[in-house]
Amino acid sequence: MNNKDLLNLIDITVSFEGFLALNKLNLKLKKGELRAVIGPNGAGKTTFLDVITGKVKPTKGEVIFKGKSLVGRKEHKIARLGVGRKFQSPRIFENLTVKENLEISVSTPKSPLNLINKSIKDEQLNEIERLMKIVNLAQKVDSKAGSLSHGQKQWLEIAMLVGQKPDLMLVDEPVAGLTDEETDLTADLLKSLSGQNTVVVIDHDMEFIRRLDSNVSVLNQGTVLCEGTMETIQKDQKVIDVYLGRPED
Amino acid sequence: MSLSKFKFDKRIVLSFWIILIALIIAAPTLLPVFRLNLLGRYLSLSIVALGVDLIWGYTGLLSLGQGIFFALGGYCAAMYLQITSSSEFPNNIPEFFALYGVEKLPFFWEPFKSPIFTFFAIWIIPALVAGLIGFLVFRNRIKGVYFSILTQASLLVFFNFFNGQQKLINGTNGLKTDVTQLYGQMVGSESMQRIFFWITAILVIAAWFFAKWVVRGRFGNILIGIRDDEPRVRFTGYNPVIFKTIVFSIAGGLAGISGALYTVQSGIVSPQFMTVPFSIEMVIWVAVGGRGTLLGAILGAVFINYAKSLVSEALPASWMFIQGGLFILVVTALPEGVLGWIQGDGPRNLLQRFGLKRKIETYPSLEVNNKEGNNE
Repeated sequence: MNNKDLLNLIDITVSFEGFLALNKLNLKLKKGELRAVIGPNGAGKTTFLDVITGKVKPTKGEVIFKGKSLVGRKEHKIARLGVGRKFQSPRIFENLTVKENLEISVSTPKSPLNLINKSIKDEQLNEIERLMKIVNLAQKVDSKAGSLSHGQKQWLEIAMLVGQKPDLMLVDEPVAGLTDEETDLTADLLKSLSGQNTVVVIDHDMEFIRRLDSNVSVLNQGTVLCEGTMETIQKDQKVIDVYLGRPED
Repeated sequence: MSLSKFKFDKRIVLSFWIILIALIIAAPTLLPVFRLNLLGRYLSLSIVALGVDLIWGYTGLLSLGQGIFFALGGYCAAMYLQITSSSEFPNNIPEFFALYGVEKLPFFWEPFKSPIFTFFAIWIIPALVAGLIGFLVFRNRIKGVYFSILTQASLLVFFNFFNGQQKLINGTNGLKTDVTQLYGQMVGSESMQRIFFWITAILVIAAWFFAKWVVRGRFGNILIGIRDDEPRVRFTGYNPVIFKTIVFSIAGGLAGISGALYTVQSGIVSPQFMTVPFSIEMVIWVAVGGRGTLLGAILGAVFINYAKSLVSEALPASWMFIQGGLFILVVTALPEGVLGWIQGDGPRNLLQRFGLKRKIETYPSLEVNNKEGNNE
């Protein structure tokens, strides 16, 4: 087993009553890597995240993260091991303020006793301030998260993800519904996170993926069709057939 | 906007406290003992309502079985009172045992000879039972309407068990407390009832502070998070099972205290405390008062029950219709409950509708943004 691999998916198969959402999927991630995952609708992109985060148990196969198997572990245990996830549509706690949302994400240990007895640590408060500055929400500290604009919600969720300090960040469609400017800023933010963190980005937006300037894995029918840089996969005939081949204009 | 709202909340809370304290001080002299006793009972019910607000208003767990824990607390108190007052009866055991030919005290009555054990049992036993039921249910990820059905089914199981056990706890007749003795005084006597009123009033305030402490800060925020999006809480690394079990257990303990206070003031505990409608009523008090406000739970429990007794005196048999109507009104017109409506600028909107108050000219959020713009 190669130590440099942070995550290793081996022959993952997920079957929903006979329908194969994932079919012998193999994927390796190095520490510090930024990886984009693309694929047409129904290719299994979200199921792929569900398997890593423990929401879906694979029918067959192994998920190795930092040398440990994740299969059969509960979601919160996997999260504590260092896997963080941002959902497709922003999932933040709308009835809590921006600051309270971030408190939930940065607080450790995550035991009830710690939360009810002690007040938040100073370094965690500093971390919250830093995060709010990065995502431009410093002025919205005490606003209800539900009152934010769509783009701000996306960014708050990214900030919450970063606040969890995960070794592996799984980001599902971070730029859906964002303006071009916000999309560019998000791409820069994700690029700046990689290196220290390992980031997996799932998206359809080709411009955005191109901007990430990373390795790309193409999923189709539950398996990895092709891997490589953007230029390589754009020339790959199989990829062109299933995904890029659609006439764009 | 947030600042004025904050002041508004403060004003409500402050006026509530002044009214409440004035009421408590004045009640024993102003009210005839009968009314005082009723008020004491309703105040004790507000403690179980606080628990319902914690689990339903904050955590989103709609329990229709709080009667279980309420009755358990009541039985604990009544068993102690019965056993300490049984010296003149045959075999030195409570009188009802003779009816069924029981000569030896059932083993689980033994610890209730101790006042200290009883003091703890009243809240710890219901809390443990709630914790156990809660843990099993939450671990299996049963939620929403299935959770409600399950709690109601548990309520029926407990009801039938208590109802059928004549030889153990006097079954359907329940345990009387008003003719028992406590420290040489009759529990049903006027002086004792006055003392129970004071104890209840103090415990309501203590329970309110305790509930406030539970929901303040990050713990309370996690509860709200579980209510609004439980999987998200999970993926952030928290185990919702533990949080839900703790809060359900707290609500069970509060229900037990409430049941014990209610029992000593109404003079009897019986399986009637575990009927289905009574547990649903607890939910209605909170819904009408205002979910997730704590204060609303107290006000809802006291005022609805007071209205119930007034209406029942004037127009017997019409209360059920009024209560049902009230619930429908709240669900359709005031989904946040009365207190939630007041806090959410409801009165201002109503006055505006009748042209009695000028409308705000711009969106409040725009004003806030302008202010922020100046700061930059």
